[in-house]
Amino acid sequence: MAEMDTSSGGGHKKGPGVKKSKKLSTRVDLTPMVDLGFLLITFFIFTTTMSQPTAMKLYLPKDADKPEDQNKAKQSGVITVLLGKDDNVFYYEGILDNTASNFKSSTFKEIRNVLLDKKSRTPEKDLVVVLKPSEECTYKNVVDILDEMAINVLKRYALVDITKDETQLIKLSEAANAAAPAK
Amino acid sequence: MGRAKLPRKSTNIDMTAMCDVAFLLLSFFILTTKFKPAEAIAVTTPNSVAAKVAETKDVVLITIDKDGKVFLSMDDESKKEVMANTLNTTKNLNLNVQAFKKAGFYGAPFSGLSAFLAIPEEARKGNSLPGIPSLDSTHNEIKEWMALVLSAYAGQKVNIQLKGDNASKYPAFKSVIDAFKKNDILKFQMITNPESVPVGTDLWKLGMKGEKRTD
Repeated sequence: MAEMDTSSGGGHKKGPGVKKSKKLSTRVDLTPMVDLGFLLITFFIFTTTMSQPTAMKLYLPKDADKPEDQNKAKQSGVITVLLGKDDNVFYYEGILDNTASNFKSSTFKEIRNVLLDKKSRTPEKDLVVVLKPSEECTYKNVVDILDEMAINVLKRYALVDITKDETQLIKLSEAANAAAPAK
Repeated sequence: MGRAKLPRKSTNIDMTAMCDVAFLLLSFFILTTKFKPAEAIAVTTPNSVAAKVAETKDVVLITIDKDGKVFLSMDDESKKEVMANTLNTTKNLNLNVQAFKKAGFYGAPFSGLSAFLAIPEEARKGNSLPGIPSLDSTHNEIKEWMALVLSAYAGQKVNIQLKGDNASKYPAFKSVIDAFKKNDILKFQMITNPESVPVGTDLWKLGMKGEKRTD
């Protein structure tokens, strides 16, 4: 006989005092283990792919020492966007005039329409967006406005230092806005 | 005539094979997952529509935290060793090269660097450290750090990345950009969280046409 006899019935007889040991199956129900396995798999799949940071490329211009080396832009095609504190955005087209009558205030929600409007009115080769973040604005504001450039496919833009007059203007308009918030 | 008896099939399925597969996959995912290391510097990055995944090799990362403090970290230990030796010879800082190599990030002025390295790694937390001085334009140490990094990499490809906190103010960012410009680093990446492109915008239309993004 090639098999081991595990059955207790039949065959040889045990002594009268020996108890019959109960035969236990070696089969284990693996269903809960599989459940657990797949639960963990789904957990790891979801946690791995969710937080992959992306990178935004920014190209800086080389500092031009002499003013005549700097790029010239057509006045009619320029729109300057200024970033103030508390997510305030200001803009003007062309050159800021003496009375600052073309200095307008906006928000991050509205600036997209302003930029699109400008884009539709200006020939593509003339359009330049000048970004002037003030000392009060946050890094998030800067990234948001750069993102806005990407969203609206504005190819020509520049980060430029703010001037004293403009800082002053931002302060004044912010104060005015705070005084009369209901607009 | 009696019909042929259909053999009774058991409803029990052998789960062993399935279990094997499940745990094979499980171990694969566990081993390949890189958990985010507990960050010593807490930074919440802004969102952007940029779709390119950030590089993870040969990275030099400048971090700006919410108070505008600047930190530098890099992944290549051999380059760190070169930098430590350069610092020791040029500035006589008397740095512990091994500690410099093992440090995850640097956030102290050059004068306080050896004291910074003496702090145990776990105790180096962004908010208690001075950061690399950058706001003073005459004494912008980021500029020196970047020069040091560039000389350590000596023409090899290096990915300069900038990670800023949402709440950090613009002057800190500007001082870092200035330091980059001074070292002729005119191309760098800003780490952001992905965000979907708003529907109806020009970029969205480009995407619909199937044009390749160039950013």
